Amino acid sequence: MSVIVVSDLRKQYDQKVVVDGLSFTVEEGEIFGILGPNGAGKTTTVECVAGLRKPDGGSISVYGLDPQRDAAKLHHILGMQLQQSEMPDKLRVAEAMELYASFYDDPADWRELMTDVGLKDKADSAFNKLSGGQKQRLSIALALVGSPKVAILDELTTGLDPAARRDTWELVEEVRDRGITVLLVTHFMEEAERLCDRLAIIDGGKIVALDTPTGLVAHVDTEQKVRFRPASALDDTLLTALPEVTSVERHGRQVVVTGTGNLVHAVTSVLVQHQIIAMDLRAEQASLDDAFIALTGRRFDHSAQ
Amino acid sequence: MRALKRLTAVEFKLFLRDPAAFFWTLIFPVALVVIIGSIPSSRKYSPELGARGIDYYTPVVLVMSFALLALFITPGYLVGYREKGILRRLSTTPVGPARVLIAQLVVQMTTAIVTTVLVLGTAGLLWGVKLPSNVGGFLLAFLLSVGTLLAIGLFLASVLSTTKAATSMGSALFFPLMFFAGLYVPRELMPAAVATIGDVTPLGASVLAFNDAAASGSPSLTTLAVLAAYAVVFGVAAARLFRWE
Repeated sequence: MSVIVVSDLRKQYDQKVVVDGLSFTVEEGEIFGILGPNGAGKTTTVECVAGLRKPDGGSISVYGLDPQRDAAKLHHILGMQLQQSEMPDKLRVAEAMELYASFYDDPADWRELMTDVGLKDKADSAFNKLSGGQKQRLSIALALVGSPKVAILDELTTGLDPAARRDTWELVEEVRDRGITVLLVTHFMEEAERLCDRLAIIDGGKIVALDTPTGLVAHVDTEQKVRFRPASALDDTLLTALPEVTSVERHGRQVVVTGTGNLVHAVTSVLVQHQIIAMDLRAEQASLDDAFIALTGRRFDHSAQ
Repeated sequence: MRALKRLTAVEFKLFLRDPAAFFWTLIFPVALVVIIGSIPSSRKYSPELGARGIDYYTPVVLVMSFALLALFITPGYLVGYREKGILRRLSTTPVGPARVLIAQLVVQMTTAIVTTVLVLGTAGLLWGVKLPSNVGGFLLAFLLSVGTLLAIGLFLASVLSTTKAATSMGSALFFPLMFFAGLYVPRELMPAAVATIGDVTPLGASVLAFNDAAASGSPSLTTLAVLAAYAVVFGVAAARLFRWE
């Protein structure tokens, strides 16, 4: 069931078109990702979905509600974690949870939620004493305390160290396991690949691709490499005969096979057929990074933020 | 209503956890009354002031405490909340951001009331400063003075976008306005023209309103009109210009 339907969304600031005719649907219970470089229009898009911004064109429906017209109802079923949103410095974790729970008619048990996001020990800590990861976990918990059907998470791991980022990812997966539909905005390829059931890659306010992460990568016809050490003698022609293989090189005892398509599967099948054990097998597969370059013709900008 | 109660309770807690805020608005004014009154000459009748120094300064200190509250605390909190994205975050919840503003005003109004009671109580108990005899006139002066200053504070919160700017603007307004209120040079000793200008400044008019209330039972119509005009102009401007993000 499609719970969020966005069609032909348009938004411009002054003369600059930021969102240029976006259309997508989000299915109930999935993690739908919006991935793109900075300035692609990701945040503007989800802010329109959350009713924070008024679109200049197109339509949005969230569980049948119009974010502008039915804002009051929407806020009861949609929780949002905003990019760079803080709490008062001296506000304590438990106080923030209790306060935000009081905003909703039918809130979640905030104590339980606080425990679930791993902040029970920090219940009496002031906001400005929390680490970056703890602040983000609190922010996610506050987005969930109203028992929403949809959660929008915007750039939630930006600025976190790798360990905190991984913890946060687990938390997002737990959110989906609660049956909450998640709309996730990110400019991290790895994050999108790990978390999203489906994702839209947007660039310049337009969708350039929309698929599952594996689907997006599969469409990319870039070169891949498979490296391994054969445990017994291997005739190179076994490999070069494969349609997927473009070249075979040897570096000492290591064989490096270059090719396209489902190269790993083709190579390993041949090796199994001839009962050759491949040691230290390593595959360099196309990633979402490659997909992005293939789709937009330019590099994904990691550094900008 | 439940959310507003909870928000107000939280804002009270945050105010009490902010030592700078309650020092300047609660402790400092009371300390000033104690200090001024402990100077022997301030307890003697001064023909120039037409009253004892402590009698003259008690309403000035009261108005100063309102000014500290409205020119620093109000814009400081609200601009900070906007800057941190707290108001925006609230606008994604069913309660919206307006209630946090109401909660802040409740906290600040309460602070003004508590400070007034403490300042008048201290001045009365320690130095025998007469309490306002006409409660109605005094309340009128209080409400107009605090209302006007809070409207100015809200206006500042509407047009300034950083806490830094809010602090600088607060100082830039506080010191000259307090001059006209007679904090540094008693109004009675100012040249007539300067004193007249002072009468139409927000803080000068506030002090005048309290003095009128003490002397004749009620603030003069001119003073009431001056304060009401400020309250309306800045209140309307704040309501029009306030941005949640």
